[in-house]
Amino acid sequence: MQHTVIIGNGIAGITAARHIRKLSDNKITVISGETDHFFSRTALMYIYMGHMKFEHTKPYEDWFWSKNKIDLMKEWVSSIDFDGKSIAFKNGSSLTYDQLILATGSQSNFFGWPGQDLEGVQGLYSYQDLELMEANTKDVKNAVILGGGLIGVEMAEMLHSRGIHVTYLIREAHFWGNMLPKEEGTLIDNHLAEHGIDLRAETELDEILDDGNGRVKGIKTKDGKIIDCQFVGLTVGVHPNIDLVKDSKVETDRGILVDENLQTNVPDVYAIGDCAQLKNPPPTRRPIEAVWYVGRMMGETVAHSITGNKTKYQPGVWFNSAKFFDIEYHNYGTVLPECPEGCSEFYWECHDKKKCIKVIYETNSLKVKGVNLFGIRNRHEVWDQWLSQGKELDYIIENLPEANFDPEFFTHWEGEIQEKFNNEFPDRSVSVRKKGFLEKIFA
Amino acid sequence: MKTIQLTGLALFIAGFTLFIVSFFIPSYKVTEGVVGSLVEESKQSSLLESAGDIINKDYASNISLIGDLNRLFEEINKTQLAKYSISDEEKAEIQKVNFSTGKFSLSSLDQIFSGENQIEAFKKKAFNDYGGWMDDREYESEQELMNHINNVTDNIQKYGIISQFGFDKYQSKYLKYAIVKEASQGSINNNSILWILLTYGLCIVGGIAYLLPNKTLDGPAGIKNNGIFKNAMSNRGWLGILTGTFLIVFYILLYFYPEYMTAWIITVDPISQFLKGSDAGRFFLYGFMYTLAILVMGVRMLIKYRHSKYQVARTFSVMFFQTAFAFLIPEILLRLNQPYFDFKNIWPLDYDFFFENELNTLVQSGGLGIFMLGWGLGLIALGVPIFVYFFGKRWYCSWVCGCGGLAETLGDPYRQLSDKSLKAWKIERWSIHGVLVFAVVMTIGVLYTYWTGSSQLFGVVDTYQMRSVYGAWIGAGFAGVVGTGFYPFMGNRVWCRFGCPLAAYLGIVQKFKSRFRITTNGGQCISCGNCSTYCEMGIDVRWYAQRGQNIIRSSCVGCGVCSSVCPRGVLNLENRDEDGRFNQPILLGNDSFKVSN
Repeated sequence: MQHTVIIGNGIAGITAARHIRKLSDNKITVISGETDHFFSRTALMYIYMGHMKFEHTKPYEDWFWSKNKIDLMKEWVSSIDFDGKSIAFKNGSSLTYDQLILATGSQSNFFGWPGQDLEGVQGLYSYQDLELMEANTKDVKNAVILGGGLIGVEMAEMLHSRGIHVTYLIREAHFWGNMLPKEEGTLIDNHLAEHGIDLRAETELDEILDDGNGRVKGIKTKDGKIIDCQFVGLTVGVHPNIDLVKDSKVETDRGILVDENLQTNVPDVYAIGDCAQLKNPPPTRRPIEAVWYVGRMMGETVAHSITGNKTKYQPGVWFNSAKFFDIEYHNYGTVLPECPEGCSEFYWECHDKKKCIKVIYETNSLKVKGVNLFGIRNRHEVWDQWLSQGKELDYIIENLPEANFDPEFFTHWEGEIQEKFNNEFPDRSVSVRKKGFLEKIFA
Repeated sequence: MKTIQLTGLALFIAGFTLFIVSFFIPSYKVTEGVVGSLVEESKQSSLLESAGDIINKDYASNISLIGDLNRLFEEINKTQLAKYSISDEEKAEIQKVNFSTGKFSLSSLDQIFSGENQIEAFKKKAFNDYGGWMDDREYESEQELMNHINNVTDNIQKYGIISQFGFDKYQSKYLKYAIVKEASQGSINNNSILWILLTYGLCIVGGIAYLLPNKTLDGPAGIKNNGIFKNAMSNRGWLGILTGTFLIVFYILLYFYPEYMTAWIITVDPISQFLKGSDAGRFFLYGFMYTLAILVMGVRMLIKYRHSKYQVARTFSVMFFQTAFAFLIPEILLRLNQPYFDFKNIWPLDYDFFFENELNTLVQSGGLGIFMLGWGLGLIALGVPIFVYFFGKRWYCSWVCGCGGLAETLGDPYRQLSDKSLKAWKIERWSIHGVLVFAVVMTIGVLYTYWTGSSQLFGVVDTYQMRSVYGAWIGAGFAGVVGTGFYPFMGNRVWCRFGCPLAAYLGIVQKFKSRFRITTNGGQCISCGNCSTYCEMGIDVRWYAQRGQNIIRSSCVGCGVCSSVCPRGVLNLENRDEDGRFNQPILLGNDSFKVSN
């Protein structure tokens, strides 16, 4: 019986374990120093906000693991002997494996700012970070967050839920500038302001100030402004956690380098999820994609290779989602912050400035490349089909109601969107969705 | 805004405190007139004889009065038993006379009870009535004969003497309540309108003033679950325990000891007079409070979920059906001398729909009564399956039903307390289907008795016994005391999930023949757990969502909160083609192979 050892019990490692169990009777051991059981990392914010307790973020009840013969070990790994196929733990014990899957996730970025080690300064990634944040934000009145990304805005929402005033510094001109085009970013900027978040665009951190006792008392920006605060959240992105293999025979770059089978240069050693870096990423995909869905898909895929059926990692149409305070975000296909050469964009925004849709299409062929949706839910399945079949803009706009996934009784905006399209493309005009009987009554 | 809110809270607490205080306000005095108006003439003298020290005494509390009344009825029953029971000597004589002939004969009683007085006459008649079955029976042993004689005399004591000369369980229960209510004196009786304003008035005004400012204080519309698991009310803290205890005590009083809550009932007499032209009973009080709770907490729901038109529409719907269908229409029907009828209540939740007194009332009430009977039967046989096929059981459970209405409004702050474990699901399936079977068997018994006149179903089960057990344990105990009292401990759908036989029936249809499902949006789930946490029915929604599978569970009441709290737009309640309802669980986004989960 083969012994498959997985380091990391996040979505990538656990998905791999579950699928290996479905496909084989391998002995499976999942190692994590972070927590006893798998939990949803994306839900950490809700524990802090009091929406859930830690136990609610565990997708499987505790009996699930022994019932499915997946052994769990709560230990920190100190080193790996790849020749002897053996793992050494910090407590001195060791474990041998036949196949090893590295799913060690990410670490928060710290760019060497003066004062970044002060008490009250932290990132947010792990369960331990959450506990630290709980301790660090006790009796805090003002906080500064640095970095316009998903973790930054989550942290802003967390702190805001406790009545802590948040000053939010971002380097770019608008929120999440390295992922979102200007209109969408501005829409979120407005929403943050509506919640009372003090967003400072194009502002960079110079140093974090010490109160004399090793605790943060404020920050100084590059343009010399001092902002008083008792907490600083550093959320300027994450990088693959490769500490365990950095100086080993396993090839690394920014992440652990893997081929299309998610295998490293060392036989029987694989890497998946945030820590993995694809040597040859598929077209339009990045070599490191530190998102939940990629971790899950890599876990599904690697299970096949481990159990003897070499399978290439072939992600389909890109998709992502998020929620910024009250505004939900769906993304299907590729939408870059700057509209690429040869492409154009179609944009509609609701009068309440909380809903919008942006469709990127090839200017000549009208073939659609991707969509950003804010405040309107759309069907993954429908967009996946449209994008993989290369549907054209007018087809998609006409059939937009089919993709709508908003709850019943919600206002439909497809009619307005179609009218805007018809104004911009009079020669390709599409039929406009008519309002239903009830809609007219309750409008 | 904050000030308005705090003032509202203060007013609400004041109103609620006064409500509790009003329980203790009245003093009580039982006059001969009270007894005269409530007790049948034949028993008045024996009651007044023994009640010397109660009559005209000033009682400061209902507790001591009820204690005295309990003792009074007990004493009268004891005296009457002593007076009218067939004595051991008489029994021995009956045995002797009849054993000597080898055969029992009712005519032998003539020589034993030969006296002309009323007592002897009663004993003779009673033995004839209760022991008729012994006539002409042959006895081989003295013991056997004695056993039968004892059997007869026991029944005479239990059913004959007590009901004729004393006060049986039901009568003393009713009299205690009626006497205490009539004997009540003081400011509540004299100024009940003032007390309505001081209790309900303050609670309503305070409650609304507390809730409305949330529209601005909460910030922009959206899911606002901040601090729910840090709050003493919504996380089984001291406030939750206190609230649950109050509700449990309230329900126990309501169903089992209404004589203690007469002060509260008297308070709402003017409202009852206004609506139906007669004084309030305990269930008028209950209906009134229930409706108020749904309306005020409905406002809370409308504010909290103002961003979701689904939740807004659904909340208006339960507020409307409770106020109009459950509360006003039945009371107005009474005023018009028509049968009390809740047009939206459906058997087997409405478990006494087939009770003979109910059926007789409807049948004897002319056209409208017959229409009501047909309407009720139509809902059971056609309404449930047809509507569930098109919309799922939500059309009833979270849009129309009164229990559901209370759960979705008053109970909303507790929805996250339901148990999501697999074990709880197993218990739930046994429990709810068990109650359904019980309700069906009980009703078969009731109808059997209705048509045949025999109270023995299959020769063993007493149908009257069965319906009273169902009424006390399921109707009152489970649905009321546990169903609502346990909101702060086990979530707001304890009854709907573990007990409601109608929910079981709706659920079976929903599972096997319906267009309703909760659709999972491809591969977008991040397993965060908000959906499962906030499912009031304890469904582990995430289990399905993270597998890309649609959620089709018989228990789902379609409240839509999983879809509302989902941060990634993964869940949607839909009525769609039955094909593809039980989809193959497929997670989108990975083209490496067919990912079935």
